Amino acid sequence: MTSAIPKTVIIIAGALFFCSLPWAADYFGEQYLISLFTRILIYSLAAVSLDLLIGYGGLISLGHAAFVGIGAYVTAIFFHHSFVAEPIAGIVAGSDNALLVWPLAIIISAAFALIIGSLSLRTSGMHFIMITLAFAQMLYYFAVGLEKYGGDDGLSLYSRNQLVGMDLNNDVHFYFVCLFFLTLFLFISHRLVKSRFGLVLRGAASSSRRIKALGIPERRYKLVCFVIGGAGAGLAGALLANQTEYVSPGLLHWTLSGELMVMVLLGGLGSLFGPVLGATAYLLLEETLAMYTEHWMVYFGPILIMVVLFAKRGLFGFLTQKE
Amino acid sequence: MILFIEQLLNGLQLGITLFLMSAGLTLVFGIMQVINLAHGSFYMIGAYVGATVTVFTGSFVLGVMAALAAAGITGMAVEILVLRQLYDRDHLDQVLATFGLIFFFNEMTRIIWGKQPLFMDMPVWLKGSIELLPGLVYPIYRLAVIVVGMSVALLLWYLFSRTRLGMQIRAGASNRDMIGALGVNIKLLYTLVFGLGTLLAGLAGVMAGPIFAVESGMGESILILTFVVIVIGGIGSVRGAVVGALMVGLVDTLGRAFLPSLFRTFLSSSYADSVGASLASMSIYILMAAVLIWKPRGLFPSYN
Amino acid sequence: MKRLMTILIATVFVFSLQSAAAEPVKIGMITTLSTKAAYLGEDIRDGFQLAVDQEGGKLGGVEVELMVEDDGRKPEKAKQIAERYMKKDGVKIMTGIVFSNVAIAVVPKVVRDGVVYLSANAGPSMLAGKGCNENYFSVSYQNDNIDEVVGQFVNDSEHQSVYLIAPNYPAGKDHLAGFKRYFKKEISAEVYTKLGQSDYAAEIAAIRAAKPDAVFFFLPGGMGVSFIKQYAQAGLSEEIPLYGPAFSFDERLLKAVGPVALGVKNGSQWTHDLDNEANKQFVAAYEEKYGRTPTLYASQGYDTARLIGSALKAVSGKVDDLDAFKKALKDANFDSVRGSFSFGANQHPIQDLYIREVIKTDDGQYTNRTIKKVFENHVDAYASECKM
Repeated sequence: MTSAIPKTVIIIAGALFFCSLPWAADYFGEQYLISLFTRILIYSLAAVSLDLLIGYGGLISLGHAAFVGIGAYVTAIFFHHSFVAEPIAGIVAGSDNALLVWPLAIIISAAFALIIGSLSLRTSGMHFIMITLAFAQMLYYFAVGLEKYGGDDGLSLYSRNQLVGMDLNNDVHFYFVCLFFLTLFLFISHRLVKSRFGLVLRGAASSSRRIKALGIPERRYKLVCFVIGGAGAGLAGALLANQTEYVSPGLLHWTLSGELMVMVLLGGLGSLFGPVLGATAYLLLEETLAMYTEHWMVYFGPILIMVVLFAKRGLFGFLTQKE
Repeated sequence: MILFIEQLLNGLQLGITLFLMSAGLTLVFGIMQVINLAHGSFYMIGAYVGATVTVFTGSFVLGVMAALAAAGITGMAVEILVLRQLYDRDHLDQVLATFGLIFFFNEMTRIIWGKQPLFMDMPVWLKGSIELLPGLVYPIYRLAVIVVGMSVALLLWYLFSRTRLGMQIRAGASNRDMIGALGVNIKLLYTLVFGLGTLLAGLAGVMAGPIFAVESGMGESILILTFVVIVIGGIGSVRGAVVGALMVGLVDTLGRAFLPSLFRTFLSSSYADSVGASLASMSIYILMAAVLIWKPRGLFPSYN
Repeated sequence: MKRLMTILIATVFVFSLQSAAAEPVKIGMITTLSTKAAYLGEDIRDGFQLAVDQEGGKLGGVEVELMVEDDGRKPEKAKQIAERYMKKDGVKIMTGIVFSNVAIAVVPKVVRDGVVYLSANAGPSMLAGKGCNENYFSVSYQNDNIDEVVGQFVNDSEHQSVYLIAPNYPAGKDHLAGFKRYFKKEISAEVYTKLGQSDYAAEIAAIRAAKPDAVFFFLPGGMGVSFIKQYAQAGLSEEIPLYGPAFSFDERLLKAVGPVALGVKNGSQWTHDLDNEANKQFVAAYEEKYGRTPTLYASQGYDTARLIGSALKAVSGKVDDLDAFKKALKDANFDSVRGSFSFGANQHPIQDLYIREVIKTDDGQYTNRTIKKVFENHVDAYASECKM
């Protein structure tokens, strides 16, 4: 590397890019870019929440899609019941109000993260990877068997949620809502990792013995981290359900967990902004390669390998690397 | 009762296939500390090459040999070209690189062999069934799979505990620098171990060829099961892989065979079918989670 | 001289008008070209492409531009592609989706936005019944059709009890329901397996113990290949005959299954040996172009293209008048390779359904032979639920 670009420059450039995108898309007559980038924003949110786990908590989870899926299903199930005007399990009324459903999606995802996390954190390392995978796969098969909500066929929403003062069915409005949540989550995560909490977490990830010796309940910190990550993924799921107006068990499948992990690694582990870059690169690459050749995977695979071999700390690390 | 014994045999046979896959993966894990997500690709390569050569030459034995060679050689090439650069790197870099390999190999098989599944038949001398017990007929081929798998297990045990190479490998696993200082070519050793692992995956693939559909992406379906096996058994332990594979094979098979009828005894039939089927799909994951909660490092934890 | 000039100018004017109008009609095909199911999408595309190529880049005399993209069998991805087709490329006609769950995710949205969608494969009940739409046409079938024909055939046979097996997901249950709609005798058992399962030893052992007269299975793709192979290896194929829908017996899968599928009877709306001119011409052209026997998916792709062609011709390529175009589609004024073909009230096919048998040809290939027409002008079960 001859010249390194300062982090702030990249972040500001990124922010400017994302803020101006709808106008640029409009100017060039490529409105579909708005929905493509909305998807990128949502995946970025999920990837950032995973980065919080992997990059800071040292918690390599291969079951992160579970929380995305839960968030999406909560949104979709509430929508479905409000659409057919039948209370959920005969008790709770459905709703399409974003202010009600989205927080609920976050809370329920977080609750699942609390349960799964507290069981999974008994293990570590490779075993942690696999036990998170196991829980996610259980939920996947549960969703496949969920006949009332379409099982493997998934569940269609016929519209997006209602949000006061906004028209979410308008792609530009929805884009900015997603951008807002991504920024908010980045901000919260940034504050979090810079705080004492973040210090302890990183300490625990690099030397758990030292942290234990200081008398800090390491596991509790990691659990909180896991729950926050799960909540972020739940929000991403709620947004994703709105973006595609459709949910399916595919959202819980381990391949999505794997893809999210690849986005984090591609962008740069433990950098929060890196995963945004990673998700953007991953989805754009997939989209454009597929437009040119049906054999896009033959190129896609080696590109991933090249990134690993030549950009040691992901794309973000590659750009900001000092030498 | 006869049905139960037959299902036990089925579980055993599935377990043995899983063992062949897991043994290679757990070796690579335990000795080289490498996570290889592309292990399933070598299973697929074994099946594809085995099927092609068997159809072309008409000889199953030649097919198996070609499959072993193809999987082993591709494995060593991958080790030299990609993984060798990643030993000192984070596990996650290995995950990303081997994830990329899956894409590459899957699409490559579609380009070379086309998009439809491939045909592979079993040799005449393994066709048919024999009556093991009165009323219990069992396909010869599946018995052969059991025998081959058990022989491989014995062979691996002999290799690791009785030969010089095995000792070097074990020593290399516990202290890489020390074994290098003793004048053993650690690079070559690693390449060989990796090749052995992928060769076993290729063996599993070619043996699965006559029973399962040979198709692009077949590796991923079994890969996850393989991970489940080695995590239950304890990463890096061949003994653990044996036990884990048998447990997973039995739980999966018996779950599928008996859970729905078990539920039918106290639930309405259509509801029981669907709940039973869902639960049977989940059974191995439930098993894995339970084992890990009880023993966080698997049943036979290795030392490093 | 003046007049000549006028004519000349008028001609140039008309020609320039025409060339402005001759902007090719864009057709967006979203299909599955990767994953295990890649060959299904490939056949649909190839069948469609053949029709376009036969007219030298036109359909019904109107120039078309066929855009094809792989959905990777992911509903979300398919939706993304559909959105790009609509917003970036201004596509008004779409087709190609292989799987019902992808169709359920994509179709309701695109038809609401004024796109005409013609299904070349998936025919989920939801889109045939309550969810029917005047912008949605199924050129292939309603999913259950292919099972209903087998149900009727087995019901008419000497078999008294049938064992049912399908993967544990909604399509699996729908297909078994389709079979049961016409099979009125004893159901020995109804078993649901794991989606994507490859080892069926446990299920086969249970079948052996249950001793049914016949087995009906819906296990598409590789699942079916594994199941048929293992079923024969267990020595059951001589004792208890197998029946299934055409999905497990297309010519490309049969290549992978080999001799063990011989003699198995299966249901379909089309076979390459159907005796009509359009079909003979199609099969010969397809074999010549691609070097393989067409599958039912290829025939559906071809029919879809020809149907679009007939409608384009009727409206002289003016797709902007959507109502006229849809009306022309609904007339189905084209020579289907299936012979008789028309649309019912829910814009799903009214067509004949057949039972076929797997045979080996003289040059050692495995294929199907039509043995019986079971239903004539069959209407699907959901048509009455459609309010249009």
